Amino acid sequence: MNEILNLSRRRFLKNSALAGGGLILGLRIGKPLEGADAAAKVFAPNAFVRIGLDDILTVVVNHTEMGQGPFTSAPMVVAEELDADWSKVRYEPAPVAPEYNHSVYGMQMTGGSTSTWTEWERLRKAGAAARAMLVDAAAAAWKVERKTIEVENSVVLHKASARALRFGELVEAASKLTPPRDVQPKDPKTFKIVGKATKRLDTPAKTNGLAVFGIDVQLPGLLTAVIARPPVFGGKVKSFNADKAKAIPGVKHVVQIDRGVAVVADGYWPAKKGRQALEIVWDEGPLAALDSGTQRQEYAALAAKPGIVATKQGDAEGTIGKSQVVLEAVYDLPYLAHAPMEPQNCVADVKPDSCTVWTGTQFQTVDHAAAAATAGVKPDQTKVHTTLAGGGFGRRAVPDAHMVVEAVQVSKAVKAPVKVIWSREDDTQGGYYRPRAYHVVKASLGAGGNPQAWHQRIVCQSFIIGTALEKAVVKNGVDDTAVEGAHDLPYDVDNLQVEWHQAPDGVPCLWLRSVGHTHTAFVVETFIDELAERAAKDPVEYRRALLSKQPRLLRLLNTLADKSDWKKPLPEGQARGIAVHESFGSFVGHVVEASIDRHRGIVVHRVVGAIDCGPIVNPDTIKAQIEGGTVFGLTAALYGEITFKNGRVEQSNFHNYPMLRMNEMPVVEAHIVEGTDKMGGVGEPGVPTVAPALANALFKLTGKRIRSLPIRKEDLRMA
Amino acid sequence: MAITLQVNQKSHSVDVPPDTPLLWVVRETLGLTGTKFGCGMAQCGACTVHLDGEAVRSCVTPVSRAVGKQVVTIEGLGEELAGPLQGAWIAEDVPQCGYCQSGQIMAAAVLLREKQNPTDQDIDDCMTGNICRCGTYQRIRKAIHRAAEERAKGAAR
Repeated sequence: MNEILNLSRRRFLKNSALAGGGLILGLRIGKPLEGADAAAKVFAPNAFVRIGLDDILTVVVNHTEMGQGPFTSAPMVVAEELDADWSKVRYEPAPVAPEYNHSVYGMQMTGGSTSTWTEWERLRKAGAAARAMLVDAAAAAWKVERKTIEVENSVVLHKASARALRFGELVEAASKLTPPRDVQPKDPKTFKIVGKATKRLDTPAKTNGLAVFGIDVQLPGLLTAVIARPPVFGGKVKSFNADKAKAIPGVKHVVQIDRGVAVVADGYWPAKKGRQALEIVWDEGPLAALDSGTQRQEYAALAAKPGIVATKQGDAEGTIGKSQVVLEAVYDLPYLAHAPMEPQNCVADVKPDSCTVWTGTQFQTVDHAAAAATAGVKPDQTKVHTTLAGGGFGRRAVPDAHMVVEAVQVSKAVKAPVKVIWSREDDTQGGYYRPRAYHVVKASLGAGGNPQAWHQRIVCQSFIIGTALEKAVVKNGVDDTAVEGAHDLPYDVDNLQVEWHQAPDGVPCLWLRSVGHTHTAFVVETFIDELAERAAKDPVEYRRALLSKQPRLLRLLNTLADKSDWKKPLPEGQARGIAVHESFGSFVGHVVEASIDRHRGIVVHRVVGAIDCGPIVNPDTIKAQIEGGTVFGLTAALYGEITFKNGRVEQSNFHNYPMLRMNEMPVVEAHIVEGTDKMGGVGEPGVPTVAPALANALFKLTGKRIRSLPIRKEDLRMA
Repeated sequence: MAITLQVNQKSHSVDVPPDTPLLWVVRETLGLTGTKFGCGMAQCGACTVHLDGEAVRSCVTPVSRAVGKQVVTIEGLGEELAGPLQGAWIAEDVPQCGYCQSGQIMAAAVLLREKQNPTDQDIDDCMTGNICRCGTYQRIRKAIHRAAEERAKGAAR
């Protein structure tokens, strides 16, 4: 509650004016609201709610819209508590201000599949407080008791006396009231908006060309920059000759910045041509010989030695040593690029006493601080405008803020507003990948075929150690993002040990949609399938018997088996595979039906997904995220791979870093297991179980286990 | 040297080198940012516009090729196609991040114009050049079928 009350109206209006009412107004009109005059025209009881004389409820959304739906789900929660008319609800991206910090992480950011559950209570209270003030204003006007007043569709009603006032008519009176110290949100049983499939508010602008992403920002005098970055991570500029670049018509400046050489022009095309004409001598640095094959050997050597213990219960090594039936497998999962459809970009306008940035960031607080420090101006002279993000998947939540730093350095150097655009090749080869992950896993089976012991050793880089996030994320020397989904093995195994080796730094790495679960779930869910097969048990039955202490995952498994017709035979040549997993507080599983075609390779026919994310806000968004997560997971399984040769990334664009396309799209069914448990996340949990479910299906067709991704042709030949 | 272009039924005189891709002229010179940059090599379809009614990848189309032709971008797509397509996109709640959707709709518009009742195979054939990283393909497919039905109903009225 404090969060919503701490922001005085004056402070709010100031912030709002600074933000220019968000990007869309700010760029084109930029008319600030003004002082006392504005107070009577807008009821703004807290940082999240604004109601105008026209009844329009604008919900200020502090989570970045990158497709996962907060521009609709956050307004739904506020509108529910206000009993607002949904047709009169709008969204607006929040400015950067402490009031909009993440309620758990303490900085303004979007990530970790948290946009709904971490705002749930705060937004309900923000809406309920506003409703209480409108009711009080009406009660005072009518001289009736507040409990005799109702609110329906943005109208405050006193039915006994047949009186009614629209929200807009109460703006002035409600604005004079003090926000209540505490309010009681609604009983969920009375919800009219929350929990109902609701069309996204941002769709019209995303179908008529008017939606403004970071790359679409336009300013008077805006220049465009492309940056020549080292061909090898860790490299540096030794020397460069800009003469030929400067000879390209339209090129205005060539400037060196920390991360390379920027060619600044009056458009993207001359800037790109200028970069091609640049002559640079690079110091390629220590990774000049980096090679994916050699790296595998290094990771294997690390995995041969004990790592830092992330989990230890019982005696896994001893039990396996004494056991008759031991299975062991080695997995190697590659670096992956996020590849959002909107390539990285950032607009910066640095002046002697100000710095303004426009970007579709997931990390406002970090970017704001970096912009101020890089520009050499004070934090209160620095503004960051959050635009729509054309996909994020974690790539726009960057602890080193390099996209912003680059743009600010270039703008500062050329004394003009600059938009840095990354080409697709820059984006694909620019690093910040899901780390390569090498796993060695062993298990022993007891008499009934159930696992007695499970021992798993993971080798991967840490993108947390050495950053400001280390304190929060690293426990006993183990980076949680490296072992999440493995150290908390859901299956009932008495002897469990999970260890981690930190692989050498060098390749810039980052969280990618579902983070560590992208690799741990693949290993755990294919290996448990292997154990089931060895035990001669049905994969669903086997899992079921080991999930007695995991009621939500068990219920999810049962629902999935039911919805996927698990026991129903498939046509000849097709097979099903299953995987279930908990991540980000939600429980998700997939059943994949696949076949192998001699010409087309893997054909995925039908995918059934199920999620238990606890109480739900917008079921259609949840289904969309399961559908999208399925595609994201299939893309990784079939195609995703960043490799190195001579220090250079071998992939560059969609022809050699492919994405799943329309002709490969299976039928996807998404089922929601509704519950009253704690609310979990939705954006990421739909990814981890797709690849293992597919691999488990393929095993039934080929008799071969898939130990590395992406799946290769040789994986498809019969064993 | 100035080049004269017809974009969304308006005439524009632009002073750009003739090898400049149409994409950047549309986006930067004319300020029509609905057409997106995705790959720069005709791999993703985010930059799809119509050139004399045909869907082209504007990122690899030199502006010189557009001279004397009608260029249509998402902002200028005629109501006859834009109406049913945008309505269907809203009804099926297609977009997630939304970045690729201008290109998807421009590709689908040509399909709808050519085929009154496109099959799933027609949709695969026409739409496979357009990548959606958010994975909205299933909804795009439904929306195209829906838009086709809406057009048929409209024609029947």
